[in-house]
Amino acid sequence: MPDLKFGDSLPTDSEKKAVDKTIESHGPVTIEITERLVYAGRQRTQERRHLLLPALHALQRTSGWISPGGLDYVCRVLEVPPAEAYSVATFYHLFSSQPPSGDQILHVCDDIACSLNGANDLIDGLKKEGYETKPSPCLGQCERGPAVFVQRIASDDSVLFDADLKQITKSLTENLEKESVKLPQAGSDHLRLLARVGIVDPNSLEDYKSHGGYDALTKALEIGAEQIIEEVSTSGLRGRGGAAFPTGVKWKAVADEKDKAHHLVCNADESEPGTFKDRVLMENDPFALIESMTIAGLAIGAEKGWFYIRGEYPVAKQRLTEAVVKARKSGLLGEDILGSGKRFEIEIRSGAGAYICGEETALFNSIEGFRGEPRNKPPFPTTNGLFDEPTVVNNVETLANIPRIILNGGEAFAAEGTDQSSGTRLFCLSGRVALPGLYEFEFGATLGEILDAAGGFSGPGNLKTVLLGGAAGSFVTQESIDLPLTFEDTRDAGVALGSGVIMVFSDTDELTKTVLRIAEFFRDESCGQCVPCRVGTVRQEELLIRIADKNSVDADISLFDDLAAVMSDASICGLGHTASSAVRSALNLGLLETQ
Amino acid sequence: MSETTKKYSETLVEITLDDEKISAPEGSTILDACKQAGIDTPTLCWAENLTPVNVCRVCVVEVEGSRALVPSCSRPVEEGMVISTGSERVNTSRRMVLELLASSVELDRADKEILEWMAHYGSNPDRMGNSSEIKTSNQPVKIQDDLYVRDYERCILCYKCVEACGDDAQHTFAIATAGRGFEAHISTEFDVELPDSACVYCGNCIGVCPTGALVFKTEHDMREDDSWDPDNQKVTETICGFCGVGCNLELHTQNEKIVKVTSPSDHSVTEGHLCIKGRFGWQHAHPKN
Repeated sequence: MPDLKFGDSLPTDSEKKAVDKTIESHGPVTIEITERLVYAGRQRTQERRHLLLPALHALQRTSGWISPGGLDYVCRVLEVPPAEAYSVATFYHLFSSQPPSGDQILHVCDDIACSLNGANDLIDGLKKEGYETKPSPCLGQCERGPAVFVQRIASDDSVLFDADLKQITKSLTENLEKESVKLPQAGSDHLRLLARVGIVDPNSLEDYKSHGGYDALTKALEIGAEQIIEEVSTSGLRGRGGAAFPTGVKWKAVADEKDKAHHLVCNADESEPGTFKDRVLMENDPFALIESMTIAGLAIGAEKGWFYIRGEYPVAKQRLTEAVVKARKSGLLGEDILGSGKRFEIEIRSGAGAYICGEETALFNSIEGFRGEPRNKPPFPTTNGLFDEPTVVNNVETLANIPRIILNGGEAFAAEGTDQSSGTRLFCLSGRVALPGLYEFEFGATLGEILDAAGGFSGPGNLKTVLLGGAAGSFVTQESIDLPLTFEDTRDAGVALGSGVIMVFSDTDELTKTVLRIAEFFRDESCGQCVPCRVGTVRQEELLIRIADKNSVDADISLFDDLAAVMSDASICGLGHTASSAVRSALNLGLLETQ
Repeated sequence: MSETTKKYSETLVEITLDDEKISAPEGSTILDACKQAGIDTPTLCWAENLTPVNVCRVCVVEVEGSRALVPSCSRPVEEGMVISTGSERVNTSRRMVLELLASSVELDRADKEILEWMAHYGSNPDRMGNSSEIKTSNQPVKIQDDLYVRDYERCILCYKCVEACGDDAQHTFAIATAGRGFEAHISTEFDVELPDSACVYCGNCIGVCPTGALVFKTEHDMREDDSWDPDNQKVTETICGFCGVGCNLELHTQNEKIVKVTSPSDHSVTEGHLCIKGRFGWQHAHPKN
């Protein structure tokens, strides 16, 4: 460890207390040896570096910023060089390196879905009322926008949604009761992943058990790791986070790795604009995810599971944290799961405002206490993942399918959906539809069928375009209405299914603004590590503004093609690879030239 | 671990590099193989005495079966790999990386090779827009002491200085990348001035900087008054006399005066890195009065 040099600033008593409590509450350090080999195998001597992110959260919550005295204190305790800790703190949007001016900051979503619902007027109004506001990228509340993430000092964060200025002002002062979930398909027999949502009490383990909860874990312990993986492979389950990788293949690869400890990571950093499916599952059926992770941990031989939740989901984090405690008390997590002698623990980690941390290797760096910069692949996570050890990363929705596969068998699961897309899929409907919300369909349903289920287009004007797959997806038109939204059909059509986003726009919407907001999103969320994405996303946005001003794309299309080529070919990760895909589809459809 | 001390396996793998079948040691990189085959490959963030970070992406090549291009500096060769280094996709990406950098950063004091590569690949940064209308790294120069000048509008964020300050050489960790995206920049904690930071003035960050963003104060001052003249500089090799380690020094002199001290990056003792004494302990040779 180098000799560290600190400044003269001192932490406040409350900052010290908060940092101490955070670090103590994580108990004894359990991965000392492996931690020495983090970040692409570079030698690090810090034993507790992975507590940096939780410690920074503690400072931000206590003082409303990362103060020099507070940061120095964290660095002394964790033996991290201050320049590195500062570099990590400034990576995240929810950490401030300036002192706060009030006791709360309102992060108001002005992303593509919320801006259809009047987000920009809301921001103006809140500013006029004197609130400290910051425009925010998508907050994952697209079905009930506009949304506001309220970050408070020395108090719990919260999210306000579906409200105009008056209601928001009122709820900020009166702390209104949180509204329960509304599922448009509530009561339907076809629901699988959503079957318990809105029915089961998310705070009650007993209620979860009385709705079939933990039957799958019991069966999983009976059949054993190999058979679990066999069933998951047979089921044909593919990842629901966007990459559609076969889950069974991933699990088997890690299970077969010898010698090193294994990790399971549940990727709940849901930040793709227009996506809110994982939030609904986490908030309303948290025990199901804990059970799913436990089964996955048994299957791949991991004793440690990490639940990485985006920082803007305080309700999900709170419910999952409580659920973990209850499961542990009942012997469903811990040293001896249901008397089987098997161990499995879950640690919950909060992101702090960085879309890129949903990229699996950026997520590892984030947990390890480094900047959330993606790593080069290969090596892949199945051999060199979290703490450089074999790691399975699964999306929330992917994991939520596991109990059903175990209970009914892989074949029964594969019987639903199509050959290459088995099971059901969650779709996040927002924008100009009659009933925005989360929907579940057996794979094979067409875009038109899904829109009909959501009550169809609900104008002003007429349906102009639909954004499929989020900001990293693509715009389609009425012509795609009969497209079955399966992995294979969307791939053949050259569009993206992504994270299940279906966002509907009318011909009266200002689509130029929508496209520019997408370009702004990528520019804002680029980690800055590689040149193609760091500079390319900036130049792309500048170019689109010029195109929109001139209302003509012709002169600039070759520059756009070159920017798109270098970002998609030479960037390190998927953010750069897809930063021009929705924009390109918008240009192809002439959406920027509609004025 | 640096290239100079890296031991490759004696096992060879067969690869196809630009239609030629060649053998390369297992564990070596595509860039190593390119060098072996005499294929000129541009690099910015790679250096033989630093761990590859593969962030600049100018060394990308096309590997059959890989959807995206791959960085040759860090990707190990594999049996049967089919690589092309001169395809249209490769050339486009290399041209664009240089174009993107040149449109946002001052490169007039960069290593000559960088400008040669720009010409080779036909980079035309002007088409990104008028520099007064597009985002650039334009910012005031930082002069906080008598030894270093940090001119970050010349910084391409290659991470070399961070690596040299950190666990590739000095283990001081005085600087790191702060901020995110285009706002990412090299910084001390809270941007405190260098003398108040952990910096020990070893000068190893300056030693690895490829663009003149980090320079010795002597060089900066001479450039400012137009007296910096590399063509009339002589390099004399000697061994540092301050301790018994035996670091090789290269004394750069102009008009009989030392203007800069470096060490060869392939030297077995220093790997190009020095301490404050070797780097700056010559000033008594030229008393100010």
